[in-house]
Amino acid sequence: MAATARDLSKVESVIQLKGVNKWYGQFHVLSDINLDVKEGEKIVICGPSGSGKSTLIRCINRLEEHQRGDIVVHGVTLSNDVKNIEAIRREVGMVFQSFNLFPHLTILDNLTLAPIWVKKMPKKDAEEIAMSLLKRVRIPEQALKYPGQLSGGQQQRVAIARALCMRPKIMLFDEPTSALDPEMVKEVLDVMIELAREGMTMLCVTHEMGFARAVADRVIFMDRGEIVEQNEPEAFFANPRNERTKLFLGQILHNH
Amino acid sequence: MTDAMPVGDRKPLAPPVDETGPLGWARKNLFSSWGNGITTVVLVAAVVWIASWFLEWALFTANFTAATGAECRGGGACWALIREKFRYIFFGSFPYEQHWRPLFAVITMLAMLVLSADRRMWNWRLLVIWGVGSFVTFLLMFGQIHIPLSLILFVALAGGGIGLTLRSALAAPSERMGYYALVGIGAVGLVLRILGVLPSWSIAIAPLSYVETSLWGGLPVTLILATYGLAFAFPYGVLLALGRRSNLPLIKGLCVGFIELIRGVPLISLLIMASVMLPLFLPSGTTIDKFLRAQVAVILFAGAYIAEVIRGGLQSLPKGQFEAADAMGLNYPQKTLLIILPQALRVVIPPLINTFIGFFKDTSLVLIIGIFDFLNTANQALVDPNWAGFPGEVYLFAAFVYFIFCFSMSRYSKYLEFELNKGTRR
Repeated sequence: MAATARDLSKVESVIQLKGVNKWYGQFHVLSDINLDVKEGEKIVICGPSGSGKSTLIRCINRLEEHQRGDIVVHGVTLSNDVKNIEAIRREVGMVFQSFNLFPHLTILDNLTLAPIWVKKMPKKDAEEIAMSLLKRVRIPEQALKYPGQLSGGQQQRVAIARALCMRPKIMLFDEPTSALDPEMVKEVLDVMIELAREGMTMLCVTHEMGFARAVADRVIFMDRGEIVEQNEPEAFFANPRNERTKLFLGQILHNH
Repeated sequence: MTDAMPVGDRKPLAPPVDETGPLGWARKNLFSSWGNGITTVVLVAAVVWIASWFLEWALFTANFTAATGAECRGGGACWALIREKFRYIFFGSFPYEQHWRPLFAVITMLAMLVLSADRRMWNWRLLVIWGVGSFVTFLLMFGQIHIPLSLILFVALAGGGIGLTLRSALAAPSERMGYYALVGIGAVGLVLRILGVLPSWSIAIAPLSYVETSLWGGLPVTLILATYGLAFAFPYGVLLALGRRSNLPLIKGLCVGFIELIRGVPLISLLIMASVMLPLFLPSGTTIDKFLRAQVAVILFAGAYIAEVIRGGLQSLPKGQFEAADAMGLNYPQKTLLIILPQALRVVIPPLINTFIGFFKDTSLVLIIGIFDFLNTANQALVDPNWAGFPGEVYLFAAFVYFIFCFSMSRYSKYLEFELNKGTRR
């Protein structure tokens, strides 16, 4: 596939996690995570529920706070400094499982809010960008509707456009298709695949193995807070090395 | 789906005839069974009987023209009493020949409230409406307004500060410089004023004779206490609610402490504290107007209740809304003002208006500390020995006036709910 052909060894790292640890009370949710994400790299993270995969990507934009180790995003080391966190969040877009669109704002206002208030962009420019992104996710005609009037698949595409409106360098996807009815999964995945082909750096927590095969440079399998195994998708699916990976793949591929 | 006719070819059928039209409706809703039929008949009879008795008393045998209470006795309702006393009931001890002033003050306030009820006014116009409306109201009531230099400086400081906080993201550099200038002038001026460098100078606007607050009474007092009480208590309550959810333990503790303390005592005790005990703690020579003290007590009290209502709204929002706002890089004020509050306030409109209605009526408790609000002036109208013995008429009249205001608020609540949820309904 497209992904495996590229040599990433010489590309710059945009996200580095070094010895990251996190606990929820006594529960060790992330243990000693080391991860290096190159610019333009697409990574799919999978694993059983409770394995810490969502927590991992939520640590990258500080929706969750890690307790030990370093996270460096675009050369900025995450700390408790609010300015620092806001600077990273401007560069990192995020798409959630439950869309999290703002129900009291129109689709267009959902998209232009952050550019206007965070980037201080003139309203007209922000609306132009928003409309071009809505065209890209193929729902420009919905711009003046409210989120509650759209289908789940449409809402998630709006959520992707909203994140892209900030012109992020990195996109995080937290199970973007898990809350969707089956017939809507494809329209969202198509948008994500398109985005990947354009060279966006992406970290996706997902169980859509077709998506992983199509665009991922690397698939990471997590279990009990650890990165158990990572490999290029072909090798990852063809011959998983770890027993836990084999068990997991057996379970999810069986269902598909 | 085992019908012979293929799905999709079926024509929609009209509903059964006996369920439409007024007769069908009555049969379905009022006389669906023997039990329901009897209940309907009995209730209608009761309502007719009570209504006819009330109309007989209040209208057909009522006396509208009697000159004294003695003439009134024996018949139905004595509305002549209201006719005789309505100016006192509405305006209290305000100088009689000046009653046009509180009348226009009430009209101004009603206009202000009606205008600000319209959602299209919810922008800078609201500030203008309230600024002009309040100025006219208090100028009419007091007759003279002295604006001290320190107040002007304080307004400059506050205005600049608010401008900087709210408009920080959108303001052009020139606008931002304006806010900085306001803050600078206000702060420096206030310091100089406190140090005594600037004289205690004030602007006097005095077109009318001065009427002090102890002479105010009736409807304007109730309206002022309720309107400004709630207008200040609302933003204060929002801040308390946000503070109570803060991550900073000190702020959270202060807010929780204040809310629980205020909610734990009756409004009456707070009013008595404000009127009797507060002066004891003030340095001798300084006095704070009793009306103002009552107003502040109402604000503090209402603020605590409103805070709890709003907290309910904040808690009803899904965590994802906060996270989405965070993930976009919005800062705390932006997140709160653009995402959280607009949604949280929508949710709490019914309980919020409920609280407002409650406080509109609770302002009548100021009679405890000798302020003559509308209910209290109505009460005083009964004292006249010439007109003794008609409490029912007076209280019914007062109840009617309260009802008009409270029912309007209740209808407004419905309108607002409908209006604000227009787009979000499917």
